[in-house]
Amino acid sequence: MPVLNNKDLLGIKELSADEIKHILDTASGFKDVLKRDIKKVPTLRGRTVVNLFFEPSTRTRTSFELAAKRLSTDVINFSVPTSSVVKGETLIDTALTVQALGADFMIVRHSSSGVPHLLAKNLRASVINAGDGTNEHPTQALLDAFTMREKKGRIEGLEVVIVGDIAHSRVAKSNIYCLTKLGAKVRLVGPPTLIPDGIAKLGVDVYYDMDEGLRGADVVMMLRIQMERQGKGFFPSTEEYFGRWGLTSERFALAKKDAIVMHPGPMNRGIEISSDVADGERSVILEQVTNGLAVRMAVLYLLAGVKA
Amino acid sequence: MKILIKNGHVIDPSQELDGIYEILIEGKKIKEIAPSLKKGKSASVKVIDAKGMYVLPGLVDMHTHLREPGFEHKETIKTGTHAAIKGGFTAVCAMPNTTPVNDNAGITEYIFQKAQKEGMCTVYPIGAITKGQKGEELSEIGMMKDAGCVAFSDDGRPVENPLIMRRALEYSKAFDVPIISHCEDLSLAEGGVMNEGLLSQTMGLKGIPKEAEEIIVYRDIALAGLTGGRLHIAHISTEGSVNIIREAKARGIKVTAETCPHYFSLTEEAIKDYDTNAKVNPPLRTVKDIEAIKEGIKDGTIDVIATDHAPHHKNEKLREFDLAPSGISGLETALSLSLKLVEEGVITLSELVKKMALNPAGILKINKGTLKPGSDADIVIIDLEKKFKVNSDLFISKGKNTPFEGWELKGMPVITICMGRVHEWQ
Repeated sequence: MPVLNNKDLLGIKELSADEIKHILDTASGFKDVLKRDIKKVPTLRGRTVVNLFFEPSTRTRTSFELAAKRLSTDVINFSVPTSSVVKGETLIDTALTVQALGADFMIVRHSSSGVPHLLAKNLRASVINAGDGTNEHPTQALLDAFTMREKKGRIEGLEVVIVGDIAHSRVAKSNIYCLTKLGAKVRLVGPPTLIPDGIAKLGVDVYYDMDEGLRGADVVMMLRIQMERQGKGFFPSTEEYFGRWGLTSERFALAKKDAIVMHPGPMNRGIEISSDVADGERSVILEQVTNGLAVRMAVLYLLAGVKA
Repeated sequence: MKILIKNGHVIDPSQELDGIYEILIEGKKIKEIAPSLKKGKSASVKVIDAKGMYVLPGLVDMHTHLREPGFEHKETIKTGTHAAIKGGFTAVCAMPNTTPVNDNAGITEYIFQKAQKEGMCTVYPIGAITKGQKGEELSEIGMMKDAGCVAFSDDGRPVENPLIMRRALEYSKAFDVPIISHCEDLSLAEGGVMNEGLLSQTMGLKGIPKEAEEIIVYRDIALAGLTGGRLHIAHISTEGSVNIIREAKARGIKVTAETCPHYFSLTEEAIKDYDTNAKVNPPLRTVKDIEAIKEGIKDGTIDVIATDHAPHHKNEKLREFDLAPSGISGLETALSLSLKLVEEGVITLSELVKKMALNPAGILKINKGTLKPGSDADIVIIDLEKKFKVNSDLFISKGKNTPFEGWELKGMPVITICMGRVHEWQ
């Protein structure tokens, strides 16, 4: 089976269910590679991957870097503080400069939504969206789906609850598109200020009451709550937030007995999730990180257009 | 130098003319207009045969950003006025958000003189309501009026403080000048870059609710009622604004309103794929709003179609969507886009001439928008059947920022006469 249809991976919105499944299947193969003693394949030797990060990130950048290295590419990290962006260079000029260095792939993270799309239109290199504004974070949703499939054996029919700041979360958006395309039932839980009006049109159910939203869930995905939202009037205090929408072990008991808990990280313990749940045996938070490597290897591999 | 325009279908709502007339121009003025003028054949008369064409008063744009002084890389008085006459406009009003801001008579005079020297059409400066458009202290409205300002606006920004807005509407009564309001509640709009709705959610862009516009439309109408000042609402984009203005007019409040071609031609869908050329403030809205705006144009709630010509340099638009400046280069497409309203039967051509020439002239109290003998020889001759494809490379404006690139439009100026000077377009 060939490869992804597009030069770029900009979002889950643009992918079909078959394409998503194909990425997940490919990732399974790479996960096996990661279990070997020698965790490296020569598949993309000679290709150049540039991590072009305009926003601070450790885990995503490191994950892409390692994924690229496992495929034997050359990897360059290009991040804001060391770049000429601070000298007033335009985004396009920065990207063209990086391309001129011979980049085949550009992994882009930016605080403005749509930046990967703008670069994809103006560059020959394959652009992979590593998180743009409040739009999408497609590889996170792919690794989340991969983890759910691995733990539950399927995605279709699963009751998945996403809790927290839906309005500002690119992780939530990508997960909504991904999970609904794969046939899961998605519930969104959080305060009305953080769940946009009309989002139910995307085929999800909205709950303001967390207990109600958690009942019978197979998967509970907690989102990071950003402290600065408090000052902007989205909720009155982190104490009140945790009391209503924080995941404690008592609340988690409302979900199915074998339900798993996920978090894209970094976590705020005691604000959106309690430590006993985060560190509990049904937490798959660290496995998500491991699976991220396999999924990102699959994305690079498929975009490179290399046949197995 | 005399010019005779004959065989053209003249539409001039100021004299209720709608038929074949001959127009004689002498120097910078219209000398005579009649079904048939005395044929004293003279070699010194240049004859323009307008057979099959429509002959209208030159259009008046009451909302133009000429960008000079300060942003000459976006547009200059020279290029902006040249673009204007290509678009059929013979008078434009220059918004004051330049650098420095046009908030004192010295800047007004500078713009005026520059326009006299380099302008290809008449330029009427609009002064800032408040010093530096900061919304704190009133500008010297009286002195600026004497220097040539025909209206006052902090366009690009609202006057946030309702007390200052009240004072502006009160004080301006002494000079009988309109206060033009850019209606946007900045707290509610809070850094938004497009219409708020499902699309803003799925694009990950911060939305501006329609209410951010409507709350200030209502506030300023309330203040116009309180003060009796002349209020003109700029660039309305929502159904709610149309309804509020319609109701206020029925109550006898002195309020007039404008919209722009993009607000009845495009929905928010135009920004899909993060096209910054469709980023405009207020933002493009929905089909329902377009319908309401057309209804408002039809029933007279909306008095004026203005361009809000807002040229930007290519590099300024080629960037992050949320960081790109708002605005559309509109002078060279406004008439053709508005002619669609005539084709769709929303309004007649005569009503369109009112909205694009006579009404703005009336609101600004300038002697334009008419073909009456004795008035300035500002005329546009249009070919309603001529089709063309929008190509920003061919724009005279420095601003190539248009969301209408590639659109097939019908109807365009073939000749623009400005103060007796004839410009023919291919």
